Amino acid sequence: MLQTLWENRIQCVAVLIFAVGFSTLLLHRNLVKKIIGLNIMDTAAYLFLTSIGYIRGRLAPIIVGTDTDPSHYANPLPAGLVLTGIVVSVSVTALMLALTIRLYDQYHTLNLDEIYYMALREQEGGQ
Amino acid sequence: MSFSVNFPLFCIVGSLLTAVVSSVLGDRWARRVCMAMVSVVAVLNGVLLGYLTGLGRSVSYTMGHYPHPWGNELTLDSLEALVSVVFSLVLLLCLLGGKAQLQRDLGDRKRNLYYVMAALVQTSLLALVYTNDVFTGYVFIEICTIASCGLLMIRQIGRTTLASVRYMIFSLIGSGLFMLGVVFLYNITGHLLMPELKQTLADLWQSGLYRAPLLTGMSLITIGLAIKSGLFPFHFWMPDTYGYATPSSAGILSGLVSKGYIFLLLKLIFRAFGTQVFYGAGIHHILYLLGVIGMVVGSVSAIREDDIFRMVAYSSAAQIGYIYMGIGISPDLGVTAAVYHILTHAITKPALFLASAQLTDGAGGSKRFRELQGAAYSNWVAGLGFSVGALSMIGLPFTMGLIAKYLFARAAFQSELKMIPTLVVLGISTVLNTLYFARTILRLYNRPKRKLAKPCPVRRQIPYAVSALVLSGMNLLLGIVAQPLISMIEQGLKQF
Repeated sequence: MLQTLWENRIQCVAVLIFAVGFSTLLLHRNLVKKIIGLNIMDTAAYLFLTSIGYIRGRLAPIIVGTDTDPSHYANPLPAGLVLTGIVVSVSVTALMLALTIRLYDQYHTLNLDEIYYMALREQEGGQ
Repeated sequence: MSFSVNFPLFCIVGSLLTAVVSSVLGDRWARRVCMAMVSVVAVLNGVLLGYLTGLGRSVSYTMGHYPHPWGNELTLDSLEALVSVVFSLVLLLCLLGGKAQLQRDLGDRKRNLYYVMAALVQTSLLALVYTNDVFTGYVFIEICTIASCGLLMIRQIGRTTLASVRYMIFSLIGSGLFMLGVVFLYNITGHLLMPELKQTLADLWQSGLYRAPLLTGMSLITIGLAIKSGLFPFHFWMPDTYGYATPSSAGILSGLVSKGYIFLLLKLIFRAFGTQVFYGAGIHHILYLLGVIGMVVGSVSAIREDDIFRMVAYSSAAQIGYIYMGIGISPDLGVTAAVYHILTHAITKPALFLASAQLTDGAGGSKRFRELQGAAYSNWVAGLGFSVGALSMIGLPFTMGLIAKYLFARAAFQSELKMIPTLVVLGISTVLNTLYFARTILRLYNRPKRKLAKPCPVRRQIPYAVSALVLSGMNLLLGIVAQPLISMIEQGLKQF
């Protein structure tokens, strides 16, 4: 059991980080903290993915010189997936931050509960 | 090989280019270009549908020059073409029907950006429908999330911004879980293309190796998509999201975006997991259970609402429950019913949202039922649109809703275990639907004591009237002549 855990230590750490990010995203009421949680969650998934592609003792998958034997190189695909994932995560973070700025401008707080009550009151006042 | 197999790629790239071009055009031209593109997509997919129906098998379309296990692919079959045609048509009608409210909600601020987002939604829906690669699916899920959030937040009032934040958080949790599931499956099988994934999964499942991680991967993907499409108990973002969006957006988000995710799930079940593995693993029982609960809970919440938009939104939660119940019953008849209901809901729900918007505008902007009394008299087209939609949701004869309910009931008889609960819940849900939709229709056609608001000027209503009449017409036509559509779906599922 312990040996299995040790062999998969990177994956275990990734799962722990994912849990940290997920709980931050769900439990915190502060919007910026939620966004940070989201980023931590994404990072954990990327760590997990990168650790699959990395093979100990192999070279980075870029051919320099004449060595074209695929068994000498690590798997390039996960790295490509992580890059795509990072692009997605950057754009999502930017969008979330833009939304946060808009909410802050309107309600002057980052606490989602307070914003919710203010929005409710605003609506009742409007009708 | 016919030239028409290139159409899906053309449509995806064309919609993407439309989004780019619309961002530098003025309001009017952005609108024209976007709507022209959506119409072209509908026509091209119609041609493709004709070709594929004649061909009778699915085609894989290699992109770039990398062959099978490495490269990226699209798959084309008649069901995908059919769904794309309906989605493009409904998108077009949503943009058309919500025009008046769009102008009001967006003001003079860069209205062309709305069409950028609409074109992006179109792109990602097409890609979700046609892709044969799981990771491409993930990328377009995220694009779809961002674009639909854009459609939502473009109306700048507090409640809408708040709803967008909520929608984003739920969507991101969903896509995070989806990606993690994909990573799990890739970790074990080493494949991202669906056919290879299916083969490897079937072999592994047979041998009994790696059961737990495979099951985890499949469940994560399923849960991720279920959260994004709003299955009970993840439907709490729905009323705010659909209730405070501008009506076009509400129609697009409820009718198309959530259906796009469900269709991707169906595709994954059939092409990537394989029905034997998926239904052997028992994940469908959970979907069935949640679907059935969602049908009742969604309707009960809808009955308690006093706001017409939120009521229609909660009814969406119930309808999503129907679809998942179909998926949970069986992979043949159950899924046929689910796909038919996807189309039913895609045609009906936008009609309801657009009609509600017209009715509330006629009643001075109030969404409360009290103020809506007799609203159908000041706007008879909207009254008609709402009534046809509502009757279809209840499941009256000559509408798509009845056929969908019949298909679900037919599927229920396949499974001894699920027959009784399915029939009972279908009955309960029909009664509940009748309660709140019939109540609304009665109120709309009940003459109030006070003076009626004066009828809306006809000229301003033409875009909405066209869209409402086409949507209602489609609903009635496909409800009366349902058999060709059903056999098309059945044939498409066989090719899957």
